Amino acid sequence: MKPPFRHEFLRGVRDGLPILIGVLPFGLVFGTLAIKAGLTPAESQGLSLFVFAGSAQFVAVQMIAAGAAAPAVVATILLINLRHLLYSASVSPYLARLRLRWRLFLAYLLTDEAFAVSAPRWRQADLEHAHAYYMGAGVALWTCWQLSTALGIAFGARIPESLSLAFALPLTFLAMLLPTLIDRPAWSAAIAGGLLSLALRDLPYGLGLILAVVIAVGVGVSVEALGGTKPAEVRDVDD
Amino acid sequence: MSTTEIWAVILGGMVVTYGVRASFILLPHPERLPATFRRGLRLVAPAVLAAILVPQVFVDASGRIDFFSPRSAAAAIAAVIGGLTRNTWLAIGGGMISLWILQALLGPAAG
Repeated sequence: MKPPFRHEFLRGVRDGLPILIGVLPFGLVFGTLAIKAGLTPAESQGLSLFVFAGSAQFVAVQMIAAGAAAPAVVATILLINLRHLLYSASVSPYLARLRLRWRLFLAYLLTDEAFAVSAPRWRQADLEHAHAYYMGAGVALWTCWQLSTALGIAFGARIPESLSLAFALPLTFLAMLLPTLIDRPAWSAAIAGGLLSLALRDLPYGLGLILAVVIAVGVGVSVEALGGTKPAEVRDVDD
Repeated sequence: MSTTEIWAVILGGMVVTYGVRASFILLPHPERLPATFRRGLRLVAPAVLAAILVPQVFVDASGRIDFFSPRSAAAAIAAVIGGLTRNTWLAIGGGMISLWILQALLGPAAG
């Protein structure tokens, strides 16, 4: 590594460290729950290594344990990770001048956390080695996620059944849900998603979840559109 | 699900996830996403998370809806803690401890 590149890389690693404190327990819980759900250690680590997307991995494990069909699980993973389109569109102008193999590699590291850590860096003036900063944040996160998954796999099986640890999974989803409820469209999408999923839970192959999510996003978009065209009337009723 | 199917999920999950991440990065001239699509993407996270957690909290082992169980009470407590403190780990920890206390009070069969 050339010195300016290494300097930026290490800055990225350093600025990524605080977020790892939050990622580490998630990896431990993921490894533990994947084993509890009946996956082998190789399959559990394989999800972290190949899919490398926290919330989608948790949902995939839940669906596999519930007996969903493989295509439904893959479709749900796609649905959950569609938000990465935003990140990809957002960083693409800064990576456009790099070689193809660099762009292929850096795309693999594009997670919520790497995007969040590197976002302020792209707005600074000197962008020549800014991708090294992003790579540092991404590599730090990747290492933490793989190691914490492995630790969860290794030690999770020793946790006794009576602790109902599987319930930590819906609680984890709940804790991830709360910060996304920032406005009325988000609340509408969440309430519609929850109720529809409850109503459609007996549909086979995990189709109920996919259908519930697609309709719920439509409900949220509609609520937003209504709020945009008739703000005064809508606000009078709800706020 | 068989081992083969699980690996199909892992590889399929890799293809779709990497495809989404690489999409705009590999395009020579990335077009802007339509505004409605952008707004929809923002709402996928709350919709998915609620859709996956609600049945886990409110459906009992026999498949019936049950709004008043140790699990729903523990989830409600976790939501209040999370809403007040904005701390993920306090919410999860508080929810688990509530569940253990309620199960101890109501007997081990209550879940």
